[in-house]
Amino acid sequence: MTATTLSSPQPLLHQRPPHLSRVPRFSWFAVAAVLVSLVALLPLGFVAWIGFQTGWSTVVALVFRPRVGELLINTGLLVLITVPLCAVLSVALAWLTERSDLPGARTWAWLAAAPLAVPAFVHSYAWITVAPGLQGLPGGVLVSVLAYFPFMYLPIAAVLRRLDPGMEDAAASLGESPWGVFRRVVLPQLRLPIWGGALLVGLHLLAEYGLYVMIRFDTFTTAIVDQFQSTYNGPAANMLAGVLVVCCFGLLGLEAGTRGRERYARVGSGSARQPALARLGSYTWVGLLLSAVVAALSLGVPLITLVRWLVAGGVSVWKVPALSAALGQTLMYGLAGALLTTLVAVPMAWLSIRAPGRLQRVLEGSNYVVGSLPGIVVALALVTITVRVALPLYQTVVTLLLAYMLMFLPRAIVNWRAGIAQAPLELEQAARSLGRSPTQALWQITLRLAAPSAASGFAMVFLAITNELTATLLLSPNGTQTLATAFWSHTSEIDYAGAAPYALIMVLLSLPLTWLLYLQSRRAAGR
Amino acid sequence: MKSVLSLIKRRSLLTWGLSLGLSGAALTAIAQNAAPAGSIVIYNAQHASLVEAWTEGFTKETGIKVIVRRGGDMEMANQIVQEGAASPADVFLTENSPAMALVDGAGLFAPLSQTVLDQVPSNFRPPHGRWVGIAARSTVFVYNKMKFTADTLPKSLLDLSGPSWKGRWAASPSGPDFQAIVSAMLELKGEAVTANWLKGMKENVVPYKGNSVAMKAVNAGQVNSAVIYHYYYYGDRAKGGENTERIALHYFRNEDPGAFVSISGGGVLASSKNKPQAEAFLKWVTGKGGQEILRKGDSYEYAVGVGAASNPKLVPLAELKSPLVDPGKLNNKKVTDMMTQAGLL
Repeated sequence: MTATTLSSPQPLLHQRPPHLSRVPRFSWFAVAAVLVSLVALLPLGFVAWIGFQTGWSTVVALVFRPRVGELLINTGLLVLITVPLCAVLSVALAWLTERSDLPGARTWAWLAAAPLAVPAFVHSYAWITVAPGLQGLPGGVLVSVLAYFPFMYLPIAAVLRRLDPGMEDAAASLGESPWGVFRRVVLPQLRLPIWGGALLVGLHLLAEYGLYVMIRFDTFTTAIVDQFQSTYNGPAANMLAGVLVVCCFGLLGLEAGTRGRERYARVGSGSARQPALARLGSYTWVGLLLSAVVAALSLGVPLITLVRWLVAGGVSVWKVPALSAALGQTLMYGLAGALLTTLVAVPMAWLSIRAPGRLQRVLEGSNYVVGSLPGIVVALALVTITVRVALPLYQTVVTLLLAYMLMFLPRAIVNWRAGIAQAPLELEQAARSLGRSPTQALWQITLRLAAPSAASGFAMVFLAITNELTATLLLSPNGTQTLATAFWSHTSEIDYAGAAPYALIMVLLSLPLTWLLYLQSRRAAGR
Repeated sequence: MKSVLSLIKRRSLLTWGLSLGLSGAALTAIAQNAAPAGSIVIYNAQHASLVEAWTEGFTKETGIKVIVRRGGDMEMANQIVQEGAASPADVFLTENSPAMALVDGAGLFAPLSQTVLDQVPSNFRPPHGRWVGIAARSTVFVYNKMKFTADTLPKSLLDLSGPSWKGRWAASPSGPDFQAIVSAMLELKGEAVTANWLKGMKENVVPYKGNSVAMKAVNAGQVNSAVIYHYYYYGDRAKGGENTERIALHYFRNEDPGAFVSISGGGVLASSKNKPQAEAFLKWVTGKGGQEILRKGDSYEYAVGVGAASNPKLVPLAELKSPLVDPGKLNNKKVTDMMTQAGLL
C-alpha cells in the first residue's frame, strides 16, 4: 500500500541507493517533475523577488504599519476561533453518526458532508440575506464554521469508523469511565485527521475572499484585493501578499511540528471487530437536536435563501444567453484546467511511488506548499510576471489555466499517487519483458490501472475550478464570465435575485462530486 | 490478467476518452474566443449594465462588435499603464476622472478629434482634449430619516472627521468613487487638510465594500449615514425601493468638497490598432444615442452631452453648486498612498 513496500523490489528500474540520476531510462520523468516544480515555485520566487526589489525601507513602511497589525489580528483570531470550533463540532457529529445509535445516523452523516456542495461565498450570501446585521468577526466565524467544518468531519468520521474497539475495551476494563475512554483512548487516535483537517480549514480561511467581503470582515486576502482594485499590482498589494505567504508557512509549520510521530496502527492478527454503538438513551434528543441545528444552519439557510431569491426574481432572472454562456465557459475552464493539472501531475506522482528519494521529497513538498497559497497570491504573481516579461501570455487562457494548475496540483498528485501505488509493478515489468518500451509500459499498464483514482482527482480539480473566484477575477481573458464571477458581479451591485440562478447552478454542479467524496470516505473505511 | 485488461478497457478508456474529448472541445472553444478583426476591446470601469446598453446600441447602429473587460477605475488605469504600448484595450471608460488622469499622465491616450470634443461642453472635459466626459455623478450624503433632523445634518464633508461623528457614517474607501471624492478634496483643500481629515475618518468611518452595500446598511439602520454618489438611491427607488425606504439625500452644495461632481471619462488608447472604430464608439456615447440612454435608462447618471437632458427625476446639475475642479488634475495615486498611510487601505 505504501511507497516503500512497492518500490523495494524493482531491479529493472533502479538500483540502490535510489538516487534519481541512477534511474537511467526514466530520467526524463525526473526532468519533467523538476520543470513542473520550478513552474510551481514561480509565485513564491516572485514574492521574494518583489520584496527584494522594493527595497528594505519601503517594505518596512508597507509591512510594519497599524493596518497590517489590524489585519493580522483579524486573520489570526479568525483562524484561532474557527478551527477549534470546527474540530469540536466535527468530532461531536462524527461520534454521533458513527459510534452512537442516533436514529437516522446515515442520513445525518450525509447531511454533515453536504455543505461542501455550497461554495463558501454562497453560504455568506445566504447569511446576509437572513441576518443582514451579521458582520465582523462573529459573522465571519459563524459562516466559516458552517462552510468548512465538513473538511474536518469527513476524515474524522472515516477514522472513527475503523478504530479498533479492543483498545477502548481494554481501557474500560482497567477502570476508565466512558468519558475517560473517549478522552484518553479515542481522541488521541483522532489526532491525525483532526490535525490534517485543521490545516485544510486554516488554509481555506486564509485564502477565502468572497465570504468575508459579504460578511464585512477584513482579512489579508480581502485587503490585498482592495489594494489591487486601487493600484493594480502596486507594492502595497505585493507586500501584503508576502505577509500572507508567511502566515501560510506558519500554519504548515505548525501542523508539521505538532502532528506528532505516534504510532496509530493496531498490531496482532485478525481483523478488528465492529465497535458496538453507544446507547444514547435519554440523550437521544440532544444528539438529534445538534445534528438538526447544524443541518438547518449549514444547508437549510442557503437552500431557503436560494429559493427565496429565485421566487422573488421570478422568470426575469433566468437570462438564458448570459447563464448558458457563463455555464459554458465554466465547464470549459473546468475541463481544460482539470485535464492539464491531471496530466502534469503524472511525473511527480510516479516518482513519489516508484523512485522515492530526497530530491523527490523536496519537489513534492514544493508542489504542496504552492498549492496551499491563496489564489490571490498566485494570481498577483502571474499578472506581474506575464505583463512584464511574458507579454504574449498576458490575459490569455494559458495563464489562467496555469494558475489553476499551480493551485490545484496537489489534489491531482494525491489521487494519482494512490492509484499508482495500487498498480502492481510486476505488470509493468511483464510488459517490458514482452517488448514494450518503458513509456509504453507506463502508459499501457500503470497509468490505465491508476485511471480511476486519477479520475477522482480530475473531478476534484474540476470542482475547485468551478467555484474559484479570486484568480479568475484577476487573470481571465477579455470578455470572460464564469458562474462564480457572474455571481460575484451581481452581488456586488446588490442584485441578489439576479445572482441566485448562478448560485443554484454552482450548487447543482458540486452536488454529485460531494456525494462522491462522501462515498469515498466511507469506502476508505472499508464499509 | 484477463480481468485486469477488461478493467483497463472498460473503465479507464471510457473515462479518459470522455474527458479528453470534452477537454479538447473546451480548448478549441476557448481559443475561438479571441477578438475578431475590426472589433474593439473596451476596458470598462463603468457600471456593467450602462455599458451593456451603450455597446448594444452602438453595435446595432454601426455593426462594429465590442468586447468588454470589467474592472475598477484605478485597477484598470494601472493595468493600462503596466501594459503600455502592448495594451489590448482600444477604449477606456471610467466612473471617475482620476483614472483617466493617470493613464493620460503616462502619455497613453490618443488625442480625440474635434467632432467628438464638440459634442461635450468644455466644463465636462479636460482642456487638453485627450479624453472626454461621458456621464457625471454627484457626491451625496445619504442618511436614515429616523436619525437626523434638518439642523443635525452636516454642513460640510469636512465635518465628518470630527469626534462627534465616530461610528456614525459609512463609506466604501476601497472603491474608486470615494477615492475620487478624496482626490477632489486634495485638489481643493491641499495635502495637510486632507491627510488630517483621513486620519479622523479612519477613527469614525464604518467601512463597506461597495456604495450600494453601504446604502443598504443605512436603510437597515446598521449605520446612520453614508457618503456615496446620488444614482444608487434613484436606481433603488426605480427598482421598488427595497433598500431606500428609510433614506433621504442631503447635497452639501456651497462648492464644498462634498458637493463634488465627478466626471466619468472615455478615451482612445494611443496603442489602439482600431482607432477609427474606437473613436466612433466615443462619438456614439457622447452623441444623441448614448446620452439618451442616460436620460431614459436605469443608470440615473447625469448626461453631459451638449444640449442633452438628464433624467427628470434627478436634482438638476446646475442646482448642485459643485466646486470647480479640473478633472485632468485629480491625483488618485497620491490619494491611495495617503489612504494607505491612514490605514484605510
